[in-house]
Amino acid sequence: MSTGTILIVAGAFLASAVEMVEALTIVLGVGVVRGWRSTLIGVGAATIVLGVLVAALGPALSSIPIDTLRLVVGALLLAFGLQWLRKAILRSSGYKELHDEDEAFRAERVQAAAAGDQRRAGLDWYSFTVAFKGVLLEGLEVVFIVIAFGSAQGHLGLAAAGAAGAVVVVVIAGLLAKGPLSRVPENTIKFAVGLLLTSFGCFWGAEGAGVDWPGDELSLLGVIAFFAAVSFVLVRGLRRRRIPPVAAGAEA
Amino acid sequence: MSYLRSFGRFWWNFIVGDDWRVAAGVALALGLTALLTHEGVNAWWLLPASVALLLAASLRRTARRS
Repeated sequence: MSTGTILIVAGAFLASAVEMVEALTIVLGVGVVRGWRSTLIGVGAATIVLGVLVAALGPALSSIPIDTLRLVVGALLLAFGLQWLRKAILRSSGYKELHDEDEAFRAERVQAAAAGDQRRAGLDWYSFTVAFKGVLLEGLEVVFIVIAFGSAQGHLGLAAAGAAGAVVVVVIAGLLAKGPLSRVPENTIKFAVGLLLTSFGCFWGAEGAGVDWPGDELSLLGVIAFFAAVSFVLVRGLRRRRIPPVAAGAEA
Repeated sequence: MSYLRSFGRFWWNFIVGDDWRVAAGVALALGLTALLTHEGVNAWWLLPASVALLLAASLRRTARRS
């Protein structure tokens, strides 16, 4: 297995893990308060939609010429990955609040308790729709990453397996913890995913534009190291800017 | 019509996000890279350098607003 393939599986796993931790918080918040039947049907329906998207779009993209595909996928991954990286840098430097799973869980429970009791198709409609939307929206980012990673490198199955593995791990961890996974270092994982998305986007985008990378696939590690160093410098710079200077004699 | 607008806004936020200048800069840098390679220059360095500058500029704008 090449370095690129290992990084693709790792990226899909980490992206899926961090998004599923957030989805788990939503599902738990609704399920604990309003019951599990409609909530789990909502989760199942969203999972089917996400699975159909991967199964339909993945093979369809493989018919596009590889250079065109890498240029388009690279551009999309760069735009998308830079959002993850930008937000992770802002969180690490104190410009954006960290995501608090305990607080999100509490808010979800309050909303679930206050929501009306509407029934449709034999289901508690609130539980069904909130669970469905939560899993679908969090899962869409994972689907995008899996399809982009899988199609540009020709390893859709491995990328999907990486993402599915993370779902299993998060569900088991949630069952064991019986609550939201608030101790998962979400921003660190998002930072790593942002770095991988940006680096792969840069690598494939440039290849699609006709570039020959020195060292071929090995240069991907150089690109990751470069963006990691840039991000480190940016976090340090923003932190320094954030801390107000101590006025002379303030300690007195 | 509002469904269409919501659909468009969703995908805009999904791909482009908070700062459209970053996405526009990425498109420009990719176009320049393609142009240079077409002219025989192996411009592998252009995209990473451009992305680093775009990221720094975007963060600087956000920090100034805060």
